[in-house]
Amino acid sequence: MKPGYVIPGVDAAAATDMPVLLPVAERLSRETGRQRREGVWRLELRAWHGFVLFAVFLLSLGVAEAQVETPGDRSPLATLVRWIPFLLWQNGNGFVLNLIISFLAMAIGTVAGAALGLGQISIFKPVRMICWSVTQLFRNSPWLVLLFCIMLLLPFEIEIGDTVYNIPDWMKAVIGFSLPIMANLSEVVRGAVLSIPTGQWESSEALAFSRIQQLWMIVLPQCFKRMIPPWMNWYAILTMATPLCSIMGVEESVHLAQQAMAAEDSRPELLAPFYSFLMVMFFLYCYPIARWTIRLERKYVVNI
Amino acid sequence: MPDSIKTTGWTPEQPMVALRDVHKSFGNLEVLKGITFDVMKGEVICIIGPSGSGKSTLIRCINALNTIDRGSITVEGQEVNDPELDKLELRKKVGMVFQQYNLFPHKTALQNVMMAPLHVLKEDPAEVEERARKLIRKVRLEGKEDSYPGELSGGQQQRVAIARSLAMKPDVMLFDEVTAALDPETVKEVLLTIRELAEDGMTCMLVTHEMGFARELANHIYFTDRGVIVEHGPPQSFFKEAKDPRTREFLSQIL
Repeated sequence: MKPGYVIPGVDAAAATDMPVLLPVAERLSRETGRQRREGVWRLELRAWHGFVLFAVFLLSLGVAEAQVETPGDRSPLATLVRWIPFLLWQNGNGFVLNLIISFLAMAIGTVAGAALGLGQISIFKPVRMICWSVTQLFRNSPWLVLLFCIMLLLPFEIEIGDTVYNIPDWMKAVIGFSLPIMANLSEVVRGAVLSIPTGQWESSEALAFSRIQQLWMIVLPQCFKRMIPPWMNWYAILTMATPLCSIMGVEESVHLAQQAMAAEDSRPELLAPFYSFLMVMFFLYCYPIARWTIRLERKYVVNI
Repeated sequence: MPDSIKTTGWTPEQPMVALRDVHKSFGNLEVLKGITFDVMKGEVICIIGPSGSGKSTLIRCINALNTIDRGSITVEGQEVNDPELDKLELRKKVGMVFQQYNLFPHKTALQNVMMAPLHVLKEDPAEVEERARKLIRKVRLEGKEDSYPGELSGGQQQRVAIARSLAMKPDVMLFDEVTAALDPETVKEVLLTIRELAEDGMTCMLVTHEMGFARELANHIYFTDRGVIVEHGPPQSFFKEAKDPRTREFLSQIL
């Protein structure tokens, strides 16, 4: 890395003109790197977390069985088993809907985040500033607030031509979740581009590659691998956040668990088994993703 | 380059690279304080000097990786210090090799050499591949075509980098301390490659610490210190009759 080379589109924080300041610049870049890592809520799921969750589930079931007061009531385990199809997949609602929301929000967030992230390293300063602002806005807003905004701002139906299309709540939730995902992935893209040594920009520039070619042929292909682990991490975080939309009445698993319990006369002993059951479900889904993320991270030797 | 001859009026008898009173500052630090010299076609010039004397900055200004504040640099008559400059056209004429090789790690050696002619010059793939294989043979790396940079030694990577630059058929080659990151044994193989290049008539500008190499190969040696050319001359006289105390001190430390 030679002093005096500034990657077009990267602001002074990441590159310096002053050769005498290089050690400081290195220290700064290390610090921002650490901040970047710490700024990410890194999913650290371990196998024993699952065992503990499962133990809690069994324990709460046991306690619930002992708590049954009226002899005629169905046992909590039998009750739960009866409601499992309803909680997990019936009518495409429940846990399946959590997954559908996570897929769609991730897909939209990825596309929008990639565009926004590239906008953050645009050579045009206004574009850079706008994309940076949008990223910061959605990255630093509480997810629930974003969700409420989208729920209330979007119309419940739109008219295209003569047909009126209803926008179901879960679809609005998808949009609501895709915003913070977009912003965080935008940072992932920016961080990955910055992590490529300046020598790659310099040598490709010296070979007369245009900026677009530099980005698409030299820099981004090298970024791609580095982006996979943080991308998966964000997916797992998103999946675990999807029950947030139960508050808006989206019929995902947590919302349906409330309905199921209400249908069972709101017996208090059911609370713990039902919710810990859902926690075990989320764990079973997210744990493999978290493990796989860590494996890829080690393989590509990158930190998120 | 018939086009550039037409537009700039440059003929091969004129200096291929001409620097006039080049000034460059990084913030308050003035790195180049009025550098003037010419490089003729087919010449090999070496720039030597203590670290921090602006050698690398100087050479990087020639293909517009760094901009200059004042003065003029022309390459084949084309002004580099011109806001309207077509940098891509300039860089097609000027090849550059870096200290850290900077090969593209996600591409094989052959792909590294082929990429720029394919995508920048938009040449015929078959023709480019033939030329790339020839160049890889020329830098003595036959059999390494399909190796990734990570599988090659520093010296081998640097020779791929030279081949990669040559694939663009440049008129001038810039070498920025290309052997500084190598261990002494592999330095030789890289220097041999550059020597052959120079003997083929390529115009070369080298920033180097290899004094023996400079003495043998250079037509002209420039010694820079604190942003100015302190002393220069053909190697015979430069090494024997250095007059300036700064040059003498530098040479006594190095030789």
